[in-house]
Amino acid sequence: MSAVIDKETKKVLIDPLVNNNPITLQVLGICSALAVTSQMSTSLIMALALTSVVACSSAAISSIRNHIPGSIRIIVQMTIIASLVIVVDQILKAFAYEISKQLSVFVGLIITNCIVMGRAEAYAMKNPPLASFLDGIGNGAGYSLILIVVAFFRELFGSGKLLGIDILPLQQDGGWYVPNGLMLLPPSAFFIIGMIIWVFRQWKPEQQEEPNFKILDIAHGEGGQH
Amino acid sequence: MEAYISLFIKAVFVENLALAFFLGMCTFLAVSKKISTAIGLGIAVMLVQTITVPVNNVIYHTLLKEDALSWMGITGVDLSFLSLLSCIGMIAALVQILEMILDKYFPALFHALGVFLPLITVNCAILGGSLFMIERDYDFTESVVYGVGSGFGWALAITVMAGVREKLKYSDIPAGLQGLGITFISAGLMSLGFMAFSGIQL
Repeated sequence: MSAVIDKETKKVLIDPLVNNNPITLQVLGICSALAVTSQMSTSLIMALALTSVVACSSAAISSIRNHIPGSIRIIVQMTIIASLVIVVDQILKAFAYEISKQLSVFVGLIITNCIVMGRAEAYAMKNPPLASFLDGIGNGAGYSLILIVVAFFRELFGSGKLLGIDILPLQQDGGWYVPNGLMLLPPSAFFIIGMIIWVFRQWKPEQQEEPNFKILDIAHGEGGQH
Repeated sequence: MEAYISLFIKAVFVENLALAFFLGMCTFLAVSKKISTAIGLGIAVMLVQTITVPVNNVIYHTLLKEDALSWMGITGVDLSFLSLLSCIGMIAALVQILEMILDKYFPALFHALGVFLPLITVNCAILGGSLFMIERDYDFTESVVYGVGSGFGWALAITVMAGVREKLKYSDIPAGLQGLGITFISAGLMSLGFMAFSGIQL
């Protein structure tokens, strides 16, 4: 029995990292992934904030799931999530004011981060609190993984630093590296996430989507004219 | 009047919620496979945005802002930390009311928009619009114009994206990039294009 639970727990925790990643496969929570990843420090804080909100809100929603009337469930979920986000926002303002300034509206936008709502709707409404809590942690970790990888590339190639420490000496300071300004602009996040998806799907071919149309090999006569 | 027109143009092109601030990306990527559904969702977002931004504006200015409660004789109260909760509560409530009204009185429209309405509550563009309205301290008329403009801008962006994707499905794409991957990359190219608007001063 315990072996079954352990296997289930492990699956809930590990699955969202690669096999069922919220960003690359479920297409959830992309807004903040684009906006906060120009530096490692902001994205680490954002990942931490989001993971704690998802885990706590999933646990809370799942513990009252049998008492929520179906027609107003979205408002109930929203209220729980918004209260948790206000707590996170106030904590950040108190202890990490600089970073909370840089994150600006994006902490508030955790409320509408589809990962939080998506997990509440898809998992927490049907499963017991502990499993929902773990599911929240797992999905938060999957999101954090992508966020940190994107931020790593953007900060390293955009400003030659990691967490504010110089890694590649910039040319303007007498080094050799010319920073790539595009990396600091939001479009680069799109490109990097696109590349990550490519790598994931090359590695796990079962995640690939079927093309709508196949290109026919006309040279061998099958698609000839009449 | 000119100020309102320039605010509208700015909200649609220069500060496009989807392509300049990257709000509402999840639905932007998930529901842009066909032009007709994209237009449906775009209209729904515009409708909700036009209602919620002014309503949140009224609530913020009469209840939550620092000293806003002075009309009730209470001074020195600053409830602005509650603005996140009140904004999202208002949005969720309005979306649900809209859903019920459409279901009861406009069944045809409900069937066309129905599946998108629950998605709209978690659309960052709607909450982002209200939060930007608070941050920039718009008055009531400005908030109406901003609501319409930002909603229209988002609808425009998702329609254009759907157009690109409808053509894209005929092209020969590496297997791993098929679907989501190439969509991200083309959205990146589109946002590069929209960055051309960012220098415009009105």
